[in-house]
Amino acid sequence: MRKFNELTGIVTPIDRANIDTDMIIPKQFLKSIKRTGFGQNLFDELRYLDEGEADQSCEGRPLNTDFELNQARYAGSNILISRQNFGCGSSREHAPWALEDYGFRCVIASSFADIFFNNCFKNGLLPIVLSEDTIEQLFQEVFANEGYQLEIDLAAQTVTTPSKQSFSFEVDKFRKHCLLNGLDEIGVTLEDADAIETYEEKRRAQAPWLFDAIPAVQKPSV
Amino acid sequence: MAGKTLYDKLWDAHLVKEREDGSSIIYIDRQLLHEVTSPQAFEGLRLAGRQPWRLDANLATPDHNVQTTDRTGGVASIADKVSRIQVSTLDDNCDDFGVLEFKMNDPRQGIVHVVGPEQGATLPGMTVVCGDSHTSTHGAFGALAHGIGTSEVEHVLATQTLIQKKMKNMLVRVNGTVKQGITGKDIVLAIIGKMGTAGGTGCAIEFGGEAIQALSMEGRMTVCNMAIEAGARAGMIAVDQTTIDYVKGRPFAPKAEQWNAAVDNWSDLHSDADAIFDSVIEIDGAAILPQVTWGTSPEMVLPVNGILPDPADETDAVKKEGIERALAYMDLKSGMSIKDIQIDSVFIGSCTNSRIEDLRAAAQVVKGKAIAARISQALIVPGSGLIKLQAEKEGLDKIFTDAGFEWREPGCSMCLAMNADKLEQGKHCAATSNRNFESRQGFGGRTHLVSPAMAAAAALAGHFVDIRDVELTKIDQA
Repeated sequence: MRKFNELTGIVTPIDRANIDTDMIIPKQFLKSIKRTGFGQNLFDELRYLDEGEADQSCEGRPLNTDFELNQARYAGSNILISRQNFGCGSSREHAPWALEDYGFRCVIASSFADIFFNNCFKNGLLPIVLSEDTIEQLFQEVFANEGYQLEIDLAAQTVTTPSKQSFSFEVDKFRKHCLLNGLDEIGVTLEDADAIETYEEKRRAQAPWLFDAIPAVQKPSV
Repeated sequence: MAGKTLYDKLWDAHLVKEREDGSSIIYIDRQLLHEVTSPQAFEGLRLAGRQPWRLDANLATPDHNVQTTDRTGGVASIADKVSRIQVSTLDDNCDDFGVLEFKMNDPRQGIVHVVGPEQGATLPGMTVVCGDSHTSTHGAFGALAHGIGTSEVEHVLATQTLIQKKMKNMLVRVNGTVKQGITGKDIVLAIIGKMGTAGGTGCAIEFGGEAIQALSMEGRMTVCNMAIEAGARAGMIAVDQTTIDYVKGRPFAPKAEQWNAAVDNWSDLHSDADAIFDSVIEIDGAAILPQVTWGTSPEMVLPVNGILPDPADETDAVKKEGIERALAYMDLKSGMSIKDIQIDSVFIGSCTNSRIEDLRAAAQVVKGKAIAARISQALIVPGSGLIKLQAEKEGLDKIFTDAGFEWREPGCSMCLAMNADKLEQGKHCAATSNRNFESRQGFGGRTHLVSPAMAAAAALAGHFVDIRDVELTKIDQA
């Protein structure tokens, strides 16, 4: 996973509550078996005026010029700001994949849906929760100032505005450690393989019906 | 010391290790896999040279992308190329790694959240995960079940565990007896209407109270299925005799010599009388009327005798804008009656409501009648091949087709339009599924979430009607 430490960049405001994962990446694009390439369909239904298809080039599609991602002032943005309950709905990890593939590294909102929040950390994307009042202030500043940038410092857990006003945010210790160091979580967990095996033996003795009920299948001969 | 909640007990029983940073390693008993959220996880295993930790903990079936029309041609007959690749990738991955999969034309194939319980692959006391947010369904069995992302699917395959932080305990108690005709769907929609779609964020919800205990396992699954629509990753219900009777004899359930030990083990799967919850929501079951969503979020729900809201009455600016946006998208006016919403399309299916009791409830409404002339499409999509066979044995398919419905093959179908079944732009659909987000059922489609009987009644009338005013025809069960 890509490391996350400090980030400075242009902020894109999506001024709407309850942005759901169907909006972030509509279902027709979930058919890919890859992790990359979702960026061009990020917010597809808000961003384009026609209905997008999987496997289709987005060049030449009619744009909704009212939508922020299509406005020149937000070009090259890597920080997204939105309202409460961001990422609600389906568990699709394609949502953080699409945000990351587009170029976003950080999403700031007043609250997030649990599964989306969790999925962000697995993909080097930092979700930051700030109070509704702070979010409101940031929205006003972004709208008022073209080229508005924020500085994110994960180690210090701060978001800093161009006028050097800083807001601190909470982040889980383990997730912070993994993001700062770009760690593979599976590798970290497997360091505890002995503890997992010990637990499993105990569980098998207590509840043997949970084991071996479903048969593994033989690989078909080629 | 205070007693434990059901969630506390499930958490404690699966705790492998608490780490110094406050996160915990939690053991996972069962992982269900489908074609949409697993390919990148299997690919990750391959790239890292890892093998699944325990093959027998996994069960797979394709559901989101399969067509619900003729599929005798197998995977090759999936018309959409990208869908076809995704389903065949699941087949290849399961074959390569040795994971049991009910493939597209296996009679046991179906929607993953219908198949797990039906096969006894979901059992009381388990931790159950799947790369799908409606995994909360399995909590109906006194299990800790929730949706995960693809990275976590890979994590579970590789380590049989997840890294978790404990959620908060929330109790939603539905007191008393519900009115005749009120289903699990109406109960859970009423709960979401009260709590809002973020009301349960960060919580594991236990559903309790007389009205929940009175539900069948299928009704309980419907309630837990939509816990995520209230923002809670996990919903659960205590184990009782109803649970045990349902599980007994299913293919992967404990067999003769283990059965009694398992039932003993499950007898503790309820919250202690003195357990403390972080929050408790009380709902009067007797006050719940048939529910219909009018907007683009499951919390935008009203009783069938309701009147659409006026944004001018809303003081919260964000909510006000939400109402305005929803009314515009749905092309509905404030002040209008729910019963006056005209329906163009009907979808009875999905992991929320595609089980045999759902089909029977709809059949009781439509038997001997015909769908309204304005209905351009009416689909009945059983949740699994076995449910389809059972329904055909009971003659339900004939009742539906005689009334003008299409009788389909099992899958997710028009719940999310990843397959050929799509709601047309601008059409209003009475749907038994779980999400009414913009374009969820098809680009520009307008979804109204209801129970199976309410959807069936809307199909006959061409608009919503109160199911309590509808005459039901008894059907003999085979």
